[in-house]
Amino acid sequence: MAGHWIAVAINVVVGLTLVWVLVRTIQGRPIERRIVFVYIALAVATPLFMKLEAPLAETPEVQSIVTTIKELPPGSRILISFDYDPQSAPELQPMAEAFIKFAFKQRHKVIIMGLWPLGPDQANQAIRAALEDPSVAELAPEYGVDYVNLGFQSGNEFVIQGMGSAFKNMFPQDERGTIYDNIPILRGVTNFSNVDYVQVFSSGKPGTREWVQVAADRFGATVGGGTTAVQAPEMYPFLRSNQLIGLMGGMTGAAEFEKAVEELGKANTFLLSQMFAHATVIVFVIFGNIAYFRSRRRDASTDAPTPGGIS
Amino acid sequence: MNRTLPFLLTFIVGFTIVIATFSPPLDRLAVDTAVFFSIIAVFAMILGGGNLVKINLVKITRRQRDWQFAIVTLVGFFFVLIIGLFKVGNPGGVTGQVDAPGTPFFDVYTYVFVPVGATMYSLLAFFIASASYRAFRAKNREATILLIAASIIMLGATPFGTMLTAWIPDSLDIFEVPNLHFFLMSSPNLAGQRAIMIGIALGVISYSLRVLLGVERSHIGKDGG
Repeated sequence: MAGHWIAVAINVVVGLTLVWVLVRTIQGRPIERRIVFVYIALAVATPLFMKLEAPLAETPEVQSIVTTIKELPPGSRILISFDYDPQSAPELQPMAEAFIKFAFKQRHKVIIMGLWPLGPDQANQAIRAALEDPSVAELAPEYGVDYVNLGFQSGNEFVIQGMGSAFKNMFPQDERGTIYDNIPILRGVTNFSNVDYVQVFSSGKPGTREWVQVAADRFGATVGGGTTAVQAPEMYPFLRSNQLIGLMGGMTGAAEFEKAVEELGKANTFLLSQMFAHATVIVFVIFGNIAYFRSRRRDASTDAPTPGGIS
Repeated sequence: MNRTLPFLLTFIVGFTIVIATFSPPLDRLAVDTAVFFSIIAVFAMILGGGNLVKINLVKITRRQRDWQFAIVTLVGFFFVLIIGLFKVGNPGGVTGQVDAPGTPFFDVYTYVFVPVGATMYSLLAFFIASASYRAFRAKNREATILLIAASIIMLGATPFGTMLTAWIPDSLDIFEVPNLHFFLMSSPNLAGQRAIMIGIALGVISYSLRVLLGVERSHIGKDGG
């Protein structure tokens, strides 16, 4: 609790110093870049020690993913594609961990794969984090029976296309080298028609767009997305046309998902940092524009013609 | 021959996929092509690794600018390659899982690569803040619209937006930041994204046809031009 109040005190002091920044900016002496960096560093770091619960609006995009998973009967097969690498992990890893925990708690079978080389490694991290959760550990999900990691396959959307005929063609064995036919969870799984839901976590190409275009459109799979905040706007056309049943966009989407499944975790903590960082950026944008308009007015008055028409 | 063979390969493979996509009985052809693509992609990865080594070796031998970083790149590359390929320190031996917990490969990935990668991406926040302070100005009408829209999206992307406009009465809730955010994303953004997507699709179709028919040969290289 002491950490919380120290962090709050730091933020109050930092907030007050913004007046100094505003005065300097108005005087035409903008602060140095490194000072801006200090403000952002504090805005990102201090909220990690705060015990605040951020109010989150419920969005249909996230709620539809939760509803779909809840409505699936226990034992349903969920395919999760990890199409990102560590660069995007701060945004996507919390939502992946929350999703896997939720899937396990609903007693679904989880099949993991990746179209990005490091995706399956991120999946292993998410699985380990999920298994550390006492309520998941209690269920004791077993590798090969309750979940499997098929690993990475090169070929982008061609992999999805190949999976439309037979998963085995694209993944003859899992990440640990076990032959496809010898993995219990995959018995009876030929193609997308044997999978109840596909969840994609992506940060670029190949990613959610390719899954919609091939798995959803061509093979009729039910696809939900989880993307970085930058990629999320590109997914709205697919949401509106129901080609994508739901979307978790960035840290906000992840935090909302955590809240909806009553599993508050990293996303809700990191969202506070994002909230403070966004607020700081907005404050700097406002300061910059105040200074800009003042300087424009000053320039206009300087350039104004003097009486008698002599400038 | 340098021009004819690549053109013929492009023509045959391209039209095979197009025909197979639209004729279910030929679906097997598309699957086989996907397998071929995967095999070729693996070679491309080897080519990429070779290229990385070559470029950095040249940089070191010629003492080009920042050549010291090239040494770090090569040492890192070969270190991870060796501990990954030969599964050094893996309790399961060469048949063990490459990223099994406790192995050097696992440690390098988890405690070096993941944090460094995340840090690189996170640095963007600092540059965005600095740039927004110095350059994001409402200089004209277009810039003002962009500035307002960007601010609403940024505020709406966090609970800060909800907190900021929670006082607005229900009858005017359209002006609450989360609702403005939703409107911007699901209407102007949607329209713009669709227009871009359709434009790109048309461009890809026309470019692909030019490539398949041999009109466009720049992908073959300078000999193909």
